[in-house]
Order: sequence, then structure tokens, then C-alpha cells
Amino acid sequence: MLAALKATGRFVLVLALTYLGLLAVTFFIGRVIPVDPVLAIVGDRAPEHVVARVREELGLNKPLYEQFGIYIQKVAHGDFGTSVLTANPVLQDIARTFPATLELATLGILIGVLVGVPLGVWAAVRRGGLVDQVVRVMGLIGYSVPIFWLGLMALVLFYARLGWVSGPGRIDVVYQYTLQPVTGLLLVDAALGGEWEAFRNALSHLILPASLLGYFSLAYISRMTRSFMLNELSQEYVVAARAKGLSETRIIWRHALRNAMVPLVTVIALSYAGLLEGSVLTETVFAWPGLGLYLTNSLQNADMNAVLGATIVVGSVFIGLNLVSDLLYQLMDPRTRAR
Amino acid sequence: MNTDSITLSRRAVHVAIGALLCVGTALTPVLAATPKDTLVLAFAFDDIITMDPAEAFEISAGEIMGNAYDRLIRFDVKDPSRLYGDVAKSWTVSPDGKTFSFEIKPGLKFASGNPLTAEDVAFSLQRAVLLDKTPAFILTQFGLSKANVRDMVKATGALTLTLETDKAYATTFVLNCLTANVASVVDKKLLLSKEQGSDMGYAWLKTNYAGSGPLKIREWRANEILTLERNEQYHGDKSKLVRVIYRHVKEAATQRLLLEKGDIDIARNLSPQDLTALASNADIKTTSTPKGTLFYFSMNMKNPNLAKPEVREALKYLVDYAAIGDTLMKNIGVVHQNFLPMGLLGASTVNPYKLDVDKAKSLLAKAGLANGFKVTMDVRTVQPVQGIAEAVQQTAKRAGIEIEILPGDGKQTLTKYRARTHDMYIGQWGADYWDPHTNADTFVRNPDNADDAKSKPLTWRNAWAIPELTKKADAAVLERDPVKRRALYDAMQAEFRKTSPFVMLFQQTEVAAYRSNVDGLKLGPTSDSTYLFGVSKR
Repeated sequence: MLAALKATGRFVLVLALTYLGLLAVTFFIGRVIPVDPVLAIVGDRAPEHVVARVREELGLNKPLYEQFGIYIQKVAHGDFGTSVLTANPVLQDIARTFPATLELATLGILIGVLVGVPLGVWAAVRRGGLVDQVVRVMGLIGYSVPIFWLGLMALVLFYARLGWVSGPGRIDVVYQYTLQPVTGLLLVDAALGGEWEAFRNALSHLILPASLLGYFSLAYISRMTRSFMLNELSQEYVVAARAKGLSETRIIWRHALRNAMVPLVTVIALSYAGLLEGSVLTETVFAWPGLGLYLTNSLQNADMNAVLGATIVVGSVFIGLNLVSDLLYQLMDPRTRAR
Repeated sequence: MNTDSITLSRRAVHVAIGALLCVGTALTPVLAATPKDTLVLAFAFDDIITMDPAEAFEISAGEIMGNAYDRLIRFDVKDPSRLYGDVAKSWTVSPDGKTFSFEIKPGLKFASGNPLTAEDVAFSLQRAVLLDKTPAFILTQFGLSKANVRDMVKATGALTLTLETDKAYATTFVLNCLTANVASVVDKKLLLSKEQGSDMGYAWLKTNYAGSGPLKIREWRANEILTLERNEQYHGDKSKLVRVIYRHVKEAATQRLLLEKGDIDIARNLSPQDLTALASNADIKTTSTPKGTLFYFSMNMKNPNLAKPEVREALKYLVDYAAIGDTLMKNIGVVHQNFLPMGLLGASTVNPYKLDVDKAKSLLAKAGLANGFKVTMDVRTVQPVQGIAEAVQQTAKRAGIEIEILPGDGKQTLTKYRARTHDMYIGQWGADYWDPHTNADTFVRNPDNADDAKSKPLTWRNAWAIPELTKKADAAVLERDPVKRRALYDAMQAEFRKTSPFVMLFQQTEVAAYRSNVDGLKLGPTSDSTYLFGVSKR
């Protein structure tokens, strides 16, 4: 009991320190970039007295450590401040942009895992064969082609020429004001409201950018799966299983993959976390109002409240997914279970 | 390996293909054009930071304000020198030129249903001055201040009000300033009901609406969507469209695809390449208007080389205006070498400079720099600015001037420019209101060139000390005879062309591409005069 309490206490402490460090680094980087935050608010034309007044209102004439102290104090009270660019409270902005990214990233990682893992397994089994080569080339393309270009090409082909999917944006304008926002995830909201037309529309907007993100994570996941699988397939227990006369299918999917899955979980979790940061380029091409664009735009304008708020979200995503993959580790690998 | 796994893989592939096909058919979108009563535009509007006309000063915000708010007077978009009453029925100027009296049209209402009276108009102007946000200078420059505005702007009856100025300015100057967004009429009763502390509704209006214009603002979701709706209370011809939806689409190529597919009706930020490609599409038309925005690069005279008059002149001969105009600026700008954009009172159309390397070389030799010199240029990494900078780099090199391009994000280069720590800077400047003083104020006035000066116009940023020109600019704004006023600006422009540290390059042409079923689209000369309430769809 006491040990559990102690462990929890240590965890909370580490968590708090992690957040504090994250905020401090972001804050100071944000303050040393050569952009005047006042400029975003008052614009280039403002008379000097307006510039000076706003600088004072923002507390920018105070020493850096004092500014940071004030910020931390506010955050501790749940006040993340207001974004100067959107005029909204930062939390409200994040509640709007993060679901857009979450929806995209989740579908993206699903595609990445459901296609990438089997491909990786297949490539490992057929090591050096045609399948392996094809998967390798696909992976290389996924790594090296700029997503910006690939996104545009995909739009030209599947949206403009073939008309298989809907275009940039999250949903057609006709549904813009009919759908009741509950979670901010359009698919979920549409399903909750029983609006199946809107659901279909949102999905047809989502599928292309999600496939693209899926493809990029697939490239990485399939490479890693292949190498983990090769490692497992050369183990003695596989030889033993073969000698026992188990079917190859069973050996690959039941024995080898289950073991390869353990390190793979971390790879997948990190890929997912990467997608949840928001992909600025994908969001730009697909006019997707997600977290990546919000964060970049805020950073370019030195809108520090927004940047810090979004950083906390991204940090939490990483911490959370790390936790989840740790738990999954324990589920899958009995050796790591705490006694 | 055995056949087992192969069959399994084959089966898996078949299942996967089957699933893909199913998803594909299920998703094939119904070919949906935009609704007839709704106009959908793709527009990069990430510059908007507020919906309050007393604060909004960004290009995209200007357009929204122009459609959603009335003001005392507007200028005619077909002939900007002609003014007409918007909520004002008539106006007179006292013989001493210092008192402007307005009569408000009777029976007007705000979108909220509240009546619009002289009291609202006076409150609106007072509020803009008292809040003292960026655009307030447009009103304070003729003598209004926080201390005196309640006396200088007064409702004298339910439908009459007077505005006093501190000096007798050119009548056109004062009236032109009143056409700006900052002079928009806001709903006093509504704003006071939303007041927090004594902010005159400032916090609330940032994301809300309190106007009487032909379209009302329903919602602004930053970087995502902005929706306007028909104002049924509007006093003039009501908007033909029920709804106008702006979609934030940053990428030009994406805008083009959306337009070609008919998912939007109008694309606002296309590149010259996109426009050329669309020219052959029968479903798509384009419209264009010269804007009050000028492209230029400038030389900081704190740099000893750039401080030499011959060097400044030489650089004006080291730009291939014609070649850049035919390529990078094709369809989106015309050569213009003056600080007043065409369309403003007194704008000159004299463009004496063209690429002349020999002339530049001899000027450099005269300055004692026959072997050229090295210099940096801060360049925002967006087109066409970046391309123009690279072109200038090429031609300047031919006379021995080595320009090192320092790329940066917009706010980054601007921060440096404003601190005047650059050598050369390339950028653009747009007219703030429709009067020549707006540009004269920044290009030929520099009241104090000291580092801690109170006002820091473009002349200050480039350390161009010009007491004589400053006096001339001040005189021009007080000249009440339009013909004489025009002549004063003409003389200033001639001097500016010769001696200034500014190499004026192009005047921007704004182009919009639209579906052929859209009627009545006309881009205005300023950002706040692109009116969508006259647009309809077939």
C-alpha cells in the first residue's frame, strides 16, 4: 500500500517537473526568437504610443523570469490566457483544433498499423524476395517524397480527376451549421446525431489526408515490423516450433509476431504521437483546421499563450501514449510485470 | 516457406482490395455544387485578429468590415474620388473649414433591431478614439484626442451631428478619412449592454457583431471559417445572397482545385501560374482591380554606402522592371515608381527608371564604389517578394553590388525593419485610407529622425532625414483647393523618385477567379471596398 502510494507520488512529481521543464524551454525559446509579439496584435501601422502601451499590457517590459512566473501562476489556476491571434481563450482554441487533428491522426495510424504491420511481416517472411523489394521501395518513397507534393498529387487524382473523395476541408459547407458539435470529432458528432449523410461527407473528406498520413506512418511501421520479425524468426523457439511441425502461419502470426509486437508497440505509439502533434504541411494542403497549423501560426506570430497551451497538449499526448505503451508492455510481456 | 503462408497472403490481399473498393464506392461524393443562395469563397484570412471595426486593420478583416458595417460616407468603387452618403443623408462644411455637420437618414436600424441615430454615430467615433487601437490614428490626425473627442464629435439632435477639427484641413482629406473602417457605425445600446468594466463592449465585439451593414457577421472561427448572413434590417438594397461563407484556404493550389471542382465559387489568392492555367477553363472567369498596395525595396541610410545619393540612384537603374513585370508579376501587378498608387488623388504615372547597368556603373564610380560593394537584403520567404529579390540580386551583381539575401518569416523581417537594423528590405505597403496623405505620411514625412523618435514612418526606418519634404507634406494636407493640392503631391513625387532611398517597383493588381455562374463580383480598390452584397448566383 505504502509502496503504491510512494510510486504514485513519484510519478506525479516527475510529471509535474516534466511539464514545468517543457513550459520553461518553450517559453524561453519563444521569447528569444527575433519576432516582436506586439507586432501580431497592433500590426505594422500602429503609432509608437500604441505599441508601447500594448507591450506594457502584455507584461513584456518585465524581466523574462518574472513573465514566466506570472504565466505559471496563471496556469496553476487553470488560466491559459487568450490567444492574441484568434481573440479566444487558448483552451477554447485547442478544444476546436485538437479534435480535427485527433480524428485525422487516429484514422491515419489505424491505416498505418492495419496495412503496415502485415506488410512488414510479409516482407520479413519473404526476405529478399519480390514482396520485400516492393515493400522496401514503398517505404523509401514514403520517407523521401515531400508530403506536401504527394498531398497535392493525391488531391488532383482522387478529388479533381476521379472524384472518389471530397476535397480539402473537414466537411461540405452545407453541413457546416447543421451538425451539432459535441466532441468536435465530426464522425462521432454525426453518428451521435444520427446524421448519416454528414457522416459520409465527413468521412469522404477525411479519408484522403488520413490515408496520406497513414502511408507515411506505414512506411516506418512496416520497416520496423520487418526488422523485429527477422529478429524473431531467427530465434531458437521458431526452429523448435517448426521442428514440432506447427504450421508456418501459426508460427508467424502466433509466435513470432506476438513477440515482435512488444517493441512494435512503442514504435506505433510514437508514430501516433507524432501524428497528433499535427502535420503542418498536410493541414495546409487539405485546409484542415488542426493543431499543427494553429501551433505554427502562433509561433510565427510569437503568440506565446497559444504556443504554450498547444505545447502542453502535445506534451500530454507524448506522456499519455508513453504510459499506455508501458501498460501494454506489461500486458504482453509477463517479464516486465512488476511483482 | 510453404504454400500455407502464400495462400494466407493472397487471401489477405483479396480481402483488402475488396474492402477498399467497398469504402471507395461508399465514399464517392454526391456531386454537390454550392447552394444557390450561398456564396463560398476561398480566402487566406489568417491575418484577422478581431471583428471590432475600431481595432481591425488587417487586409482580410477590412473586407468583412466593409460588408458588415455602415459608415457616414463611402466612396464610389467605380470612381473613388466621388463620395456618397451611407448613413449620412447630407453634409456641410463650415466656411472656416473646421466644422463638419452631418444629417443622418431617418428610420435606420441596426441588425439587432435598435434604431440607428446620430447618438450611435457620435459614440462610434468617440469609442474608436477612446479605445485608441491601431487604426485610431486615422481619426486623431485631424485633432481628435481622448481628452477632447466627446466635445469635438457631438450629436446635436436625433439625426444631426457635428465633427470639429483642430485646423482647416483639405475637406477631401477629412471626408476620405471618414470612409475608413475605423469610422464604422456601431450599435451603442447593444455594446453598452455587453460592457465589461468600462470597455465599451471591446472584449465582446472582438468575436461578435454590432452593425447595420448589408451583411451581418454570424461567426468568425479563426483560420477556419467566416460566415456572413443577409441583414434583413438593412436600409438599402438587401443582399441577394442569404449567406456568404469564407473558407480559410492558405494554399493557392488547393484553392484552384476547389474552384475547378465547384466546391467554392470564388478563389481569392491564386498565383500567376494558377491564373494562366485557368485561362482556358470555360467555367471560370477572372476579374481584377489595381489595389492601393505598392511593392518596393528600401535602403537604410545608416549604411554608409547606401547613404550616398549616387548609390541609391544606381540601384534604381539595377532593376529589370519589364522582365519581372512579365514573369513574376504577370497579372498581379504593373510597374509603378511613385509613392502614390494610381487611383489616389495626385498619383503620378511617370516611371523613368529601367534596367541600365552602364548608367548604374558610372553612378557607382562617381560615388567612389566602382568595384561595387556587399550589402544584405531582408526578404520574406513568400512570393512574389522572394522572386523579385532574387531577380534584383542578379541584376545588381552586374554592376558589382553583391546582395546577400537574408530569408525570414514575415514578422521576423518586419521586426528587424522596424528597428532599422537592416541594410535593405523588400516589402509592400498598402494605403490605410483613401487619401494621398496616407502614403505621403510614411514616404515623405519624417518629423524626427532620432533613434527614440515618437513616430517611426518608413522614412524613419530607412533613416532618411527630410525636414523640407516633411513641411511640404504637411502643407499639402491643409491645401483646400483640390487642383493646388494635386500639384503639391506631383512635385513631392518627382523629388521622391530622384532622391529617396525607396525603389518603388509595382502596384499590386488583385485578381479573383470565379465560377461563371457568379454575377456582379467587383473587387474594390481598397481592402474594405470589395462588396459581396451586390453579388448573385445563377
